[in-house]
Amino acid sequence: MTMPPVPSRHALGRRLRSELFASPLDGVISVALIVGLAAAALGLGHWATTQARWAVIQANSTLFAVGRYPEPQQWRLWLLTTLLAAAAGLSWGLLRGLPRPDRPAQRWPRNDRLALLLLITLALLVPVSLKLSVVIQLRWWLITALLLILRWAAGRWAQRIPGHWQRWLPLLWPLLYLVGMVLISGGLGLIQVPSSDWGGLLLTLLEASFAILLCFPLGILLALGRRSTLPLLRWGSVLYIEFIRGAPLITLLFLGQNILGFLLPGGLAPERVWRAAWVLTLFAAAYVAEAVRSGLAAVPRGQMEAARSLGLPLPLALLHVVLPQALRVALPATVGQFITLLQDTTLLSLIGLSDLLFVAGTVMANPAYLGRNAEVYLTLAVLFWCCCAALGLGSRALERRLDPNPLPSS
Amino acid sequence: MSEAPLMQRPNSWQTAANARLRMARFRQLLALASLGAVLLVSGCASEDGGVQSQKLAMIKSRGKLICGVDGKLPGFSFVSSNGQYSGLDVDICRAVAAAVFGDPTKVDYRDLNSSERFAALASGEVDLLSRNTTYTLSRDAAGGNGLSFGPTTFYDGQGVMTPRASGISSLRDLAGKPVCVESGTTTELNLADQMRQLNVAYTPLKFQTGDQTYAAYLGGRCVAVTSDRSQLAGKRTSFPNPDDHVLLPDVLSKEPLTPASVNADPAWADAIRWTVYALMQAEELGISTSTIDSKLAEAKANPNLAELRRFLGVEGDFGKQLGLPADFVVRIVKAVGNYGEIFDRNVGPGSPLKLDRGLNRQWNNGGLIYSPPFR
Amino acid sequence: MATRPMPAAATPIPWWRHRQILPWLVQAAVGLIVLVLVAFLVSNLVRNLTAAGLLLSFGWLDNPAGFPIAETALPYDPAMPYWRALAAGLVNTLRVVLAGLVGSSLLGLVAGSAAFSSNGLLRRLARGYVELIRNIPLLLQLVFWYFVVFLALPNGSAAIQLPGLVLAKSGLYLGAAQLVNGVWQAPISLSVEFGALLTGLVVYTGAFIAEVVRGGIASVPRGQWEAARSLGLSQPQTLVQIVLPQALRVIVPGLNSQFISLAKNSSLAVACGYPDFYSVASTTGNQTGRDVEVVVILLGAYLVIDLLISALMNGVNRLVQLKER
Repeated sequence: MTMPPVPSRHALGRRLRSELFASPLDGVISVALIVGLAAAALGLGHWATTQARWAVIQANSTLFAVGRYPEPQQWRLWLLTTLLAAAAGLSWGLLRGLPRPDRPAQRWPRNDRLALLLLITLALLVPVSLKLSVVIQLRWWLITALLLILRWAAGRWAQRIPGHWQRWLPLLWPLLYLVGMVLISGGLGLIQVPSSDWGGLLLTLLEASFAILLCFPLGILLALGRRSTLPLLRWGSVLYIEFIRGAPLITLLFLGQNILGFLLPGGLAPERVWRAAWVLTLFAAAYVAEAVRSGLAAVPRGQMEAARSLGLPLPLALLHVVLPQALRVALPATVGQFITLLQDTTLLSLIGLSDLLFVAGTVMANPAYLGRNAEVYLTLAVLFWCCCAALGLGSRALERRLDPNPLPSS
Repeated sequence: MSEAPLMQRPNSWQTAANARLRMARFRQLLALASLGAVLLVSGCASEDGGVQSQKLAMIKSRGKLICGVDGKLPGFSFVSSNGQYSGLDVDICRAVAAAVFGDPTKVDYRDLNSSERFAALASGEVDLLSRNTTYTLSRDAAGGNGLSFGPTTFYDGQGVMTPRASGISSLRDLAGKPVCVESGTTTELNLADQMRQLNVAYTPLKFQTGDQTYAAYLGGRCVAVTSDRSQLAGKRTSFPNPDDHVLLPDVLSKEPLTPASVNADPAWADAIRWTVYALMQAEELGISTSTIDSKLAEAKANPNLAELRRFLGVEGDFGKQLGLPADFVVRIVKAVGNYGEIFDRNVGPGSPLKLDRGLNRQWNNGGLIYSPPFR
Repeated sequence: MATRPMPAAATPIPWWRHRQILPWLVQAAVGLIVLVLVAFLVSNLVRNLTAAGLLLSFGWLDNPAGFPIAETALPYDPAMPYWRALAAGLVNTLRVVLAGLVGSSLLGLVAGSAAFSSNGLLRRLARGYVELIRNIPLLLQLVFWYFVVFLALPNGSAAIQLPGLVLAKSGLYLGAAQLVNGVWQAPISLSVEFGALLTGLVVYTGAFIAEVVRGGIASVPRGQWEAARSLGLSQPQTLVQIVLPQALRVIVPGLNSQFISLAKNSSLAVACGYPDFYSVASTTGNQTGRDVEVVVILLGAYLVIDLLISALMNGVNRLVQLKER
């Protein structure tokens, strides 16, 4: 539609009219919605500022973050957070600083400026509103500053990095994961922190990341098995996938916690935390397999035939020709599964592992904070919402990046 | 269809025949191997029934005792804000660790809810269950849960707590009213039995965890919550206005709270049993954390105090018979004190619960705490 | 490494690389590993259960259960056997699942259609609802509904009273409700636990179904909207009479997995005190010590529920697809 150049106030008025009051019915709906929303927002605002007692969050922020992780050892988690921030800044900068085949490098696109603004606001506001001590506030600012400096530096000098370095840089993340595991659990000269002492956000993220990392390859194998021409592999995969998808997760978690001990000879069963992590992994793998299978189905048969006729053996044809196309199609559904997986970690609280929700229960049983359910649950909801929404946004960005026919260039 | 040239056909047929032969040999080998594996596994298993406690050996090699506790029950097992466990149940774990290692801190605590505790014990997840568990026939019997109970450490009875404002004064007043219970406890069964006897219909609301049960009670969803009287008294201290809640006079059941281990390892059960008895015997003999050193010196100096000398491991081999160090009693008392000290510190006058000793007095004082002789 | 650059034509292919043998070898190897693993696990299970005196048996199902259940659609009292208690729990689960299916479908349909409304505010609200709900764990939502929202309702005589309807902390009462001895009684009553679970499930699943519906409507060509509009149909008429019937072909297959996940998610009832199948089963397992048997029963029952839903949806799908011709 071509708009005649009119003063912006009129344009706004016209837009409001077409959006909200196009017909009498629309008008009624709009007015009702506006009144309802305003009342809800006012009520919530009134409650949050006058009735809610946020001290329950402020006083227990460490408990929510790491559970009963021993205080003298918490410097290890700070170190890990710093390393993660550095790696994130580096990767972010490189992602932007290196030119892509379809478009030149863009150092600060609009989305990045928005993210920057958000990051700085969060870093300034959250520690203050949680009433953290000055030392801890300072730590968060320094970590944020490190992230941003590395982002800037990597974006600026990305193209000077030699090519073979660039190829190996993604390996930074798996390496960091291993380093993180050592830092968290101990060993290599560090004091052991038993897994029963991990808790809160730390445990939630640990379980989710472990399961996400492992369920992906497992799901691909299962999907390939399900599409295989070999009957034993096919039926085995089908049986596994359908069995897992037919069972509620809480039953499987119960099975993992209480019956695995019967299935393995004494002492062989892993720690409770790891048992739950494996159950989550095996559970999610069945769902990821279905996502990948739909991706595989979207790849035309001719792709495989062409690859084989070029002399590629089956594994290589799968790896280099079929899977990259299939995974691109399967990406949104797969990330959807990852988000579900992150949410499913709350079920750990029902089997007595001290994840975020479990810590919330302990905090609310504390005599000083009895009945402060709403504050605690709302805070957890915001936390989970941010994590899941970030995963979703990341997936959409990756999807656009992997699209072979991006709109502007084609 | 493969388009192999004619020439190669006999060749490929030969390979196929060859392959079949090799496959057959391969299968034989695998069958042998798997048979061997099965034999090996079952061979390991048959060692289980020995006299020496395998569990104790495992705990010693592990260097830690794994103890299943509640973790959220003031007075019995509770995590303080600095992350330390304390309580009567916890002190039993510490006593056993002191007996085995001489160090009461060598314990890993596992918080168990009531519906997972027996499975955790049966599957070897925990070595010892010290989690305000009631001693009952079906839990003890080999055809039931198959547990092995030690001596009762706390004689309790089930009670009912209601808000003072509700005006409820007896069980009959609960007719048609919602009652909050934690699912999978004996309290749930006792309440059902009592109410059936009284012919009072009520609505049980079951929750998976104690936290949720009390949250629903405090939220006003139920007019009563039922549990062991000691637990109710303990929880009440953490309520905003403890005086707004009253315990009904009715005692619904006998609740002997008792530590337990698995049936399969009697030697390990004996070690636990006599560790607990040592706590009781120490109180009876007047041995406490403050007197243990002088009593030990006295026993060493005077060969005529045979009973004391045997008890403290100065002579005889009681420790060895249990697979424990000779001076295990001394280690226990030094680490956690005697039974009376444990009671006072955790649930008695020295605690916010301020429970009366009641049935938990020594036998010569009108109570049920009675240790068999150490001889 | 199996990737030699070019196998010389003269060297014979090793027998195990033969086209007919290799697949079978691979299968045999996988099968053998699985078989050995299963045999290992099962032998352990049998040995450990024998040692604990808990060898698999289902005879205890006939023993009296002894525990009451707060609300049952199936007549039940504590003197009845365990199987009857489990059946009552199963019926409770089916009750909440059926209500949830209907509720979440309606909510999803409304929210999904609202994404195509001419009203911008409604559109954004529908979008916001989906984005908000999908990114918060269901269990968190359930405890929020129960402990924060529903337990904040007024109690006893202070309950919200409308003609023919009473809403109190203990539940919703329809028909002639009266307060007897501090407890509301009415011909039809729904407990607050049922309400919290149902609300949580409907709101959560509704957001996912809204996405399915939105995708379905988006798959109907724009020309259909324009054609209906040019025939003089209003926006809501177009949606209901022209677009939705065509969109159903895409929507129905997508609903199947949402319905199944709703059925499985109903097992989170333990978090808000509703005596569903899982809750009754866990009480049973705990009283009898028969955890393995109880898990077998649980898995079997949920599998049957899932299959029933799938069968139902396949039937519906066939109905919907027929209209294409």
